[in-house]
Order: sequence, then C-alpha cells, then structure tokens
Amino acid sequence: MKFIDEYQDSKLAKGLARKVAQRSTKTIRLMEFCGGHTHAILRYGIRQLVPKTVEMKSGPGCPVCVTATADLDKAIALTHLPDVIITTFGDMIRVPGSYSSLQRSKAEGADVRIVYSTIDAVEIAKANPRKSVIFIGIGFETTAPTIAASILKAQQEKIENFYVLSLNKLTPPVMKALLDSDKVKLDGIICPGHVSVIIGSHPYEFIPRDYGVACVISGFEPLDILLGIDKLVEQIEKCEPKVEIAYRRGVKPEGNTKARQLMEEVFEIGEANWRGIGIVPESGLKIRRKYEQFDADKAFSVTLKPPREPKGCRCGDVIRGAATPLECQLFKKVCTPESPVGPCMVSSEGACAAYYQYGTTENSPDL
Amino acid sequence: MCLAIPVKIVSIDGDEAETEIAGVRRRVSIAFTPEARVGDYVLLHTGYAIGVIDEAEAEETLKLLEEIASLSEVH
Ligand code: SF4
Repeated sequence: MKFIDEYQDSKLAKGLARKVAQRSTKTIRLMEFCGGHTHAILRYGIRQLVPKTVEMKSGPGCPVCVTATADLDKAIALTHLPDVIITTFGDMIRVPGSYSSLQRSKAEGADVRIVYSTIDAVEIAKANPRKSVIFIGIGFETTAPTIAASILKAQQEKIENFYVLSLNKLTPPVMKALLDSDKVKLDGIICPGHVSVIIGSHPYEFIPRDYGVACVISGFEPLDILLGIDKLVEQIEKCEPKVEIAYRRGVKPEGNTKARQLMEEVFEIGEANWRGIGIVPESGLKIRRKYEQFDADKAFSVTLKPPREPKGCRCGDVIRGAATPLECQLFKKVCTPESPVGPCMVSSEGACAAYYQYGTTENSPDL
Repeated sequence: MCLAIPVKIVSIDGDEAETEIAGVRRRVSIAFTPEARVGDYVLLHTGYAIGVIDEAEAEETLKLLEEIASLSEVH
C-alpha cells in the first residue's frame, strides 16, 4: 500500500540502523510518547536494531491507558441511567473500572455500543430520539477535533439527545509534567506523529528550550521511527536539542489549523486526571459553556464510590515510563489480553499488550 | 488510538469524500481538510481525514533513506 510499504523496507532499515550505530557514542535514554510507536517498536524489533547505547522507554501516549479509574467509573455509572445509549470507541469497553466495566454493564443489559467514528454516535442519536445518547470522549489532539465536530453537527442539526463525556487530553502539558518529575530522566522524545498532524511542531518548542531535551516528530512505519531515532541521536551527539519533523509527508510545522479552530470553538482548556500521573493542570479539554447542553457532565449526575486501582497492577508506573511491564508481577501470569487486569493490557497500544504480543527479546520479526 | 492510515480520494461531495485503500471503499469526512482534491492521499482517523499527505515530501524522505542506506553500506 502506498505510503506504507515503502517505509517498511528491510534493506533501508538496516542501513539506517547502521548509521545510528556509527553516530552514537553517548549512552542516552529516549522515550516514545505514543502508544502507536510503542506497538510498532516492539512489533518490528526496533529495540534490537538500535545500538546498546540507545535505551528506549515507553510513554503515556495511550488514551485508554491514561483514563483515570474515577473517570472510567463515571462512564460505567452512566450506563445505569434510564433510557441511555452509551457509545464508545472499542478499546474502552473492556477496561476494568473499580467495580465493573462497560462490557459488564452491557452483559447486564445496558445499551452500550461500539462506534468507529463520532459520526456514527451522532447517527445513533438521530435514529433514537427518545433516548439520551452519550459518547465517551477519549483521545488526544488527533481525536479531539472529531469529537468537536460531532458536537457542532448535533447543534446544526438540532439533535438534542446527544451528549459527550469529555475526557480528552492534551499531550504537551503531560510531557511537561513528566519532565518535571525526577522519576525519569530523558535525553530525547519521539513525539507523536498523528497528534502533531493537528498541533504541528511549535507546541513542543519549550522542551528543548527549557529542558534541553531533543524532540523529533516521527511517523509510525519502522523506517519512520528509525529516522526519528537517527535525528534524535544526531541532536544529542551535537548537544543541539531542537524540534525536528521526521514525518514531513504528514506533519506541517503549523499543524492543521482548520481542525484546531473547530476544537477551540467547542472546547476550553482545563485540568485532567491521568492514571499514574494524577491531576495535570491545563492538560484536558472541557466543553465550553456555549455548548453545555451537549455536556454529559452537566446533563447527568451519578453518585460514585471512591475509586479503587486494580490490586498489583503497575499501569501507573508503566505509563510514566518508571517501570516496564516485565516488572509487574501479574504480567503474563494473571494479566493477559484475554483477561486483562489493567488498561495497559487491554488496548493494543498499551505497553503491556505490546510486550505480551511481541515479547522483548525476539529479533526483528518483520524486518 | 491515534492510528491514521493513508487512503486515496476518488470523489468529493461537499465535505465528504469517497476514499479507497487496498480495494476497500469508505466515505470519510473532509471537514478538516477542505484543500483535499481527487487523487490526493489523506490520513484517515476515525472517519475523518486529518491531513493531506505531501507526496513531494514523501519522495524526499525516501530518497534520503536510500542515500543513508547506501552510504552506511559495509564494504
Ligand atoms: S501487566 Fe497487567 S496488571 Fe501489570 S501493569 Fe500491565 S496491565 Fe497492569
């Protein structure tokens, strides 16, 4: 397939890996922010391709994984209200909350539907005027514009039974929170490719400026990721940290202005609760007052018991890059993709699921 | 979750487009990419085109990768 296959060429990948090895003299630690990158890095055995001097850590870039248990409990509680249809992206449904899951609610008779797009959720609202249709809005900047678009569509078409529970999160503020904590010291960050399609490269500029940490925006094919690593190593070797785009076919420095306008029209910035990290100021998107009739938080109230984290699950540490899934005692023994204990094992982009599926020692299976 | 795949636009109808990838056709919203034209590849994320792929940049990157591979060749 065009723009995919070319970036999986094994000869080019090996050439690129050799170049990284030739260049790299310092021992460095890189973090891939995005769960999509984590998945690809493990799938293509990229950790085995890069020299020993380059240590790779996984970051918090999996929206399902970083959804706080308390927020998940709220979504689950909404399923118990009368005459509601809960719509959600597929990955969310199996994540265990404190006491139940969306899937369990569904099994118990609640109307919980998986949608591929927010467009489908609005269609469900149109087709079911007597029900309240609530969309569980998770995602980063890649997805937030699509959720904004659904609210604008509901407004234009006067669909009065459509609501969004906005749990959307922003990436640069949580990167700041990670860099401010002393737990993980980083030399470079592989910045998320598709978040950057929307926000562009400017919002990361504080990272090299204030923290001296190198930043490269990368695509998701193995060659894209290796190119990103090569540029990071080059910046770090030269002690010239900056923000570079290694995914130029998709990302422009200014991002997608149209998508951002829609996002800014509907949402304002507020705090957000991140699993494993806690409340991070200015890292979430709240629905503006102007659109509050679509805000599930305003329209429905539910009583919640105090949240409980799954016992023994180290997702919080895994998300921060403070532990690998292998350091969790439940990994592979009690916690598997068939019976996940924590969200990092549910989502295919969660580090635990990626480690489970591809292991960590096998040599580049596809390259 | 931030997965987005390149699909080719085959026709446009207002802010929607018919796209194709590997023989699979899909209707997508191009509300965020009004500049998209028939024949362009767009990045498709949950039913929306979030960006138009810059083909010239794509070729440039591939050329760069090929250069690197040949330069670092072990003789
Ligand atoms: S392996 Fe399972 S229990 Fe352990 S951190 Fe990952 S998701 Fe949590």
